[in-house]
Amino acid sequence: MTDAPETPARSWLTRLAIYGPLLLFAVFVVFVGSQLGRETRVTLTSKLIGQPMPAVNLPGLGDAPGLTSADFKTGKPVLVNVFASWCVPCRVEAPQLAQLTAMGVTVNGIAVRDAPDDVAAFLKTNGNPFARVGLDKTGQTQIALGSSGVPETFVVDGAGIIRYQHIGEIRPEHIELLMAKLAEAGR
Amino acid sequence: MTTTKAPMKPKHQRLVLLALALAAMAGALALGISALGSSATYFYAPSDVFAKAPAPGEAIRLGGLVQKGSVQRLPDGLTLAFRVTDNARDVPVRYTGIVPDLFREGQGVITEGHFDAQGTFIATSVLAKHDENYMPPEVEGSLHKVQGKVTS
Amino acid sequence: MIVELGHAALWLAAAFALLQALAPWLRAPVGDAERWTGLAVPAALAQALLVSLAFGSLVWAFATSDFSVKLVATNSHTMKPMLYKLSGVWGNHEGSMLLWILVMALAGAAVALADSPLGDRFRALVLSMQGLIALGFYAFLLAASNPFERLGVAPTQGNGLNPLLQDPGLAFHPPMLYAGYVGLSVAFAFAVAALLERRVGPAWAAAVRPWVLAAWAALGCGITLGSWWAYYELGWGGYWFWDPVENASLMPWLAATALLHSVAVLAKRDALRNWTILLAVVGFSLSMIGTFVVRSGLLTSVHAFAVDPARGAFLLVLLALYIGGALLLYALRASTVAVGEGFAPVSREGALVANNLLLAAGLGVVFVGSGYPLLVDVLGVGPISVGPPYFNATFGPLMIPLVLLMAVGPFLTWGAARTDKLARKLAVPALLAVGLALYAFAVWDVRAAFSLIGFALSAWLGVATLAILWGRLPWRTPRATWGMALAHLGVAITLFGITASGALTRELLVNLRLGESAEVAGYTMKLVDVAPVAGANWTALEATLDVSRGGQPLTVLHPQARLYTSPMMDTTEAAIHTRINGDLYAVLGKPDGSGRWQLHVWWKPFVVWIWAGGLIMALGGALSMTARASARRGAAQPVGALVAA
Repeated sequence: MTDAPETPARSWLTRLAIYGPLLLFAVFVVFVGSQLGRETRVTLTSKLIGQPMPAVNLPGLGDAPGLTSADFKTGKPVLVNVFASWCVPCRVEAPQLAQLTAMGVTVNGIAVRDAPDDVAAFLKTNGNPFARVGLDKTGQTQIALGSSGVPETFVVDGAGIIRYQHIGEIRPEHIELLMAKLAEAGR
Repeated sequence: MTTTKAPMKPKHQRLVLLALALAAMAGALALGISALGSSATYFYAPSDVFAKAPAPGEAIRLGGLVQKGSVQRLPDGLTLAFRVTDNARDVPVRYTGIVPDLFREGQGVITEGHFDAQGTFIATSVLAKHDENYMPPEVEGSLHKVQGKVTS
Repeated sequence: MIVELGHAALWLAAAFALLQALAPWLRAPVGDAERWTGLAVPAALAQALLVSLAFGSLVWAFATSDFSVKLVATNSHTMKPMLYKLSGVWGNHEGSMLLWILVMALAGAAVALADSPLGDRFRALVLSMQGLIALGFYAFLLAASNPFERLGVAPTQGNGLNPLLQDPGLAFHPPMLYAGYVGLSVAFAFAVAALLERRVGPAWAAAVRPWVLAAWAALGCGITLGSWWAYYELGWGGYWFWDPVENASLMPWLAATALLHSVAVLAKRDALRNWTILLAVVGFSLSMIGTFVVRSGLLTSVHAFAVDPARGAFLLVLLALYIGGALLLYALRASTVAVGEGFAPVSREGALVANNLLLAAGLGVVFVGSGYPLLVDVLGVGPISVGPPYFNATFGPLMIPLVLLMAVGPFLTWGAARTDKLARKLAVPALLAVGLALYAFAVWDVRAAFSLIGFALSAWLGVATLAILWGRLPWRTPRATWGMALAHLGVAITLFGITASGALTRELLVNLRLGESAEVAGYTMKLVDVAPVAGANWTALEATLDVSRGGQPLTVLHPQARLYTSPMMDTTEAAIHTRINGDLYAVLGKPDGSGRWQLHVWWKPFVVWIWAGGLIMALGGALSMTARASARRGAAQPVGALVAA
């Protein structure tokens, strides 16, 4: 069944049928490509940007001081990292948090629905990048922050206004972005 | 009666088929787009409701957090009244049925329904968002299906 | 150690995939220049073996709860039952990618072992295309989402798997779907090879047919399983939601359905050459787009594992190369494929062409409905959702003429069909169709036109399909005819289930104290007890509902409200009593604080017919496939291997 190559009449209809699928696919690829990297709209996050931090008054680990609203009125932008010892992505972002601390950034932690012993063990194995750690045993502070999962990281400026919300673990490629947001918040 | 019409010349037939195929696709597209106009549901956050109120009776989705302390069970024992907030504005919602597993105060929800004349959102379904951890989209997809449905 | 071996095996497998891809293009420097073409077959077998090893080692890591592996720590837990430790392997992005490659390699091995009626060179080309596709995904897996990645410090306990996914139905759903998706890759490779070799024709169609049937049957099984899972696990009795993840599996199935019918036309009448090739390309393209674009969260959610734009870009480039390349080849070669035979409009092939057009249109509206929300979101009009109303208004009407034709088509002969006896043959189905619609109207009190049409069509198709077999000796009927009849019967059964459960469902939402009763559709439910129970990794409140009908005790239902411990999560476990004529479906809600319990109870008539029909369709496909395979010598075994994969 070999076909003798033959050139059938090429009407515009034939051409459309032949090149149409390719064209449609090209449009699809361009569309998807343009969407890469653009974050899909998350209704709840955007509402918090520009809002003041909710009132925070959390106990600390053992004798260490906890986390209070005063820690966000220092005049210097800080990061707030919402984490938990039971969350694996939080383990993954530990080196990045350490790196941020090393770059001179103040990072405050909020441990969500966690036992003090577990948090202490977590910080011992993964390193403790936090200036202050607050224990949010009931998860109420997390909810007030509008965070719906762990880990999440917020940029809060010196006046206690939330400037940026990072959802999910901090990967190495996010450090630059967070530094930029911190610099912006410091202005 | 038998149909013994001689088949058309293949080349012509191919063109006819092509035209048919393209017409079918165009028809499907037209059908799809006309149906989209009437059955796509818009998504509102509480602030959007105040910015541009949807008409009473218009089917929409309303999303936000279940406001803390707002959940009340009405005397029939089956209807819940609560407020959905985006931390800026909030909207009263009423829902009759079994709420999904993940429905809790302070949690994110997406409700489907319409506003009544008094400005209360009458939800016909409530979808709760997961909270424990970030999940792959197939899980997200299935969680979106975890919803209650109202008695008709 | 075993994990590192698995990682190494994956690298080696990738090397064999490369060899497989290159084999037909290599020229031996001395002797027969085409000598190295034969290398494709052993390369495919070696690749399959090595990927199996890699997959096995990941399974091992999950089975032994090796939390030093990041993937295990993120998705497993020591307290999980063994079945779900294993299904946890593919319950995540990286593991499901590895499963995809495993199924692909097994399909490659099946092609290598099966008869090759189109010759060794053609088989080598098919394997080359498969190797090429696999290679891209090896690169993705090894570079961007390595499932064997270790954690610096091993946690003592894992994160657990979402309890909704801890279910036997869902454990086997992805492997079935993947078998279908990947089976379509064989058709894709056949199409590309046919374009390269300019061998589009009946012989090609006959050779590709069993692969299309296998893929179609597996895909149908996968979709049926997924739908059944949604029904009993999600707790409100819905079985199809038209959400993007479901549409992503429905679209390849529609394409495969069209393809297997157009392949039949091409094999018998040498018509629809370009169209068949295009369908083969489109079917697998939709599979890839479905799995990798929708499921990897490229477009849907920031909460996804693959939000990393680099990963997304990588996948997009791969898709652009494969799909774009195939479509370009099609565009360049399609005009040089000679026009096939023509045919009479009233004939088997005429009906099949109409079927193809309708299926393509159905595919189109599903695609538009799934893509539109993304488009609108980008244009900034605001997020919208397109739900069942849209699909019912568009997909439904398209299926009406399709089902009408499905009953008629098998009575038409190839070539110009005689129509004189047609009316007599179809008189009985038509009569019964009207009869069932009238019965539904009068006795079941159905008033919705759409439902009445649904009843009529299901009787029309069911009876007409049975009429094909009527008067034939079962053992003298060709297996392909049996397969076709079963598949069509399955459609009739599913259609009846959908229509009946949609039109006749009764539901009841009540608050009961212990000892109180409620009634739905003639069934009386008495709430006898609510007590705590515990399982391996959950605790629950379990209600005891005594069900009786007309004073006769019937069964006891135990709906639960479960709390899983790892991760913490509430789920409702519906209690379902299945009968051939319907399901009783009960869900336990929350206590109202004054000693009453919320109960939501449904009577869903004939709902189980939906999935029974789906399985019968797949069975028909499998039967048709063995018919062809056994007609040729010795091909049955490898084809069986694909199904097992």
